[in-house]
Amino acid sequence: MSEDIVFWVLAVIAVAAGVMVFRFDSMARATYALLLSLLCVGGEVLLLGLDYLGVVIVLMMTIEMAIMAVFMVMYMMNPAGLMPMSMLHNTKGAAVLCALVFAALATGILLVRWPARRGRPPTDPTMALGMSLMGPQMLTMVTLGMALFATIVSTVVLATRRGRYDRFGDDLRSRPADDPVRGGGGR
Amino acid sequence: MNLDPMLLLAAALFSIGLFGALTQQSIVMLMMGLELMLGGIIVAAAAIWHYITPDTAEGQVLVVLAVTVMAVEMAVGFAVVTALFRAREVDVTDLATELRQ
Repeated sequence: MSEDIVFWVLAVIAVAAGVMVFRFDSMARATYALLLSLLCVGGEVLLLGLDYLGVVIVLMMTIEMAIMAVFMVMYMMNPAGLMPMSMLHNTKGAAVLCALVFAALATGILLVRWPARRGRPPTDPTMALGMSLMGPQMLTMVTLGMALFATIVSTVVLATRRGRYDRFGDDLRSRPADDPVRGGGGR
Repeated sequence: MNLDPMLLLAAALFSIGLFGALTQQSIVMLMMGLELMLGGIIVAAAAIWHYITPDTAEGQVLVVLAVTVMAVEMAVGFAVVTALFRAREVDVTDLATELRQ
């Protein structure tokens, strides 16, 4: 019974905060609304017995939204929401499409006969996850590691101000580098 | 509490996120919509693990995958916004139409 109450409270807050993300004028408020919604998602995961993953989601979302708030202030025209403004397009079409998507998903969820529960949750789900990632799901773990490494490289390349084409021009074999900044290597 | 309400919550979060991803002009706000959609996927994966296959860890692995995708999406998204802003001084999708070419 208490789990039901906690579930519904978290669910209502998650959905309401998710809606408010796209209704606030202030980008800072939108960021905090998204943080609240995703913290409730973490709470639901904790409620399902996944302690480790729930805590990871809560911690990660807190840091992620803090970084997102910084980017909001950097790029958004109206980060504090002092001047009412609208940065939306095609709201009616998108609303209809999203209502249809929700209706289709809800219909499927309610009509499908879900399989019966197989087995019982392990006493330590975190241990089961670790054993799976280091055993049968090792390929998944290796792929995730490579994806994260590729992300690090690509984000640095994208975010750096000057690349090797800026120094050498189209012909990368040309020497010396046509580098307007002394020191080479972009320094 | 059972599976259906959990999946309905996931569907609601996914649909709200989709609305944001389709309507927002700001690239950063568009990314917020994607984050909400991934939040819905996390709830669905965790619920299916708990209510259908708690004897295997595949559902948990899917949650790990979704959390990693969230991190990757945010990092790459901010890097693209930074590169786009440096190149064109643009931070809205409607002014980045040259990406279609």
